[in-house]
Amino acid sequence: MTVIPIIRVQAEDFDGAAETRAITGGRRDIGALVSFIGLCRDEGGSLSALELEHYPGMAEAEMRRIALEAIERFHLQALTAIHRFGRIEAGAQIVLVIAAAPHRQAAFDGASFMMDYLKTSAPFWKKEHMLDGVSGQWVAARDADDRARDKWR
Amino acid sequence: MVKLVYFAWVRERIGRGEEEVELPASVKTAGDLISHLATLGEEYEAALQFPKAIRVALDQEHVEHDEPIGGAREIGLFPPMTGG
Repeated sequence: MTVIPIIRVQAEDFDGAAETRAITGGRRDIGALVSFIGLCRDEGGSLSALELEHYPGMAEAEMRRIALEAIERFHLQALTAIHRFGRIEAGAQIVLVIAAAPHRQAAFDGASFMMDYLKTSAPFWKKEHMLDGVSGQWVAARDADDRARDKWR
Repeated sequence: MVKLVYFAWVRERIGRGEEEVELPASVKTAGDLISHLATLGEEYEAALQFPKAIRVALDQEHVEHDEPIGGAREIGLFPPMTGG
């Protein structure tokens, strides 16, 4: 069966529970479901919000490329990835990944693979807005994120 | 003519999000494009002075700097990505 990933890039918030039900509803073949939600940290109380910029079109396309690879590699039964853009307040949700498989390891690996590649390959950029009114610092890419991605090679 | 699109601090430093440009025949690869643009003025130089920090997408697909531009209709230039 061909598994078609659900990919969305949107300004509005998402409902992880509803997205989970959309995957599992009416099915009996799924044995494991791993869901990951990335949130906007307040960085010890100093950060007010993040501005998420994206490359419209390519962001969806790149997420879809990664998702299809994850589905094939880990034999996933379902994969949902939703990434928000625009201003996101501290404490709010940024990204959701849900991977489903017959057994847990594939579901864990599928979600982890999707996030590791999404962070380094999907065209999104974060700019910080600090509580003291200082804004305009772009978040720098982290070597640790590159290493997390490279472990899948 | 090719459409160039810029994001994040590349966009901010150049001062616009996109533009249509005519490229000289000497610009063959993505890396050539970065070097060429960096000569167009101080805002371009400020954005592109460290070519290794610049990522390139041809028609919305990532490529290395040695990739030939070929007949790409849209070329994206941007910093390393920080989503997720």
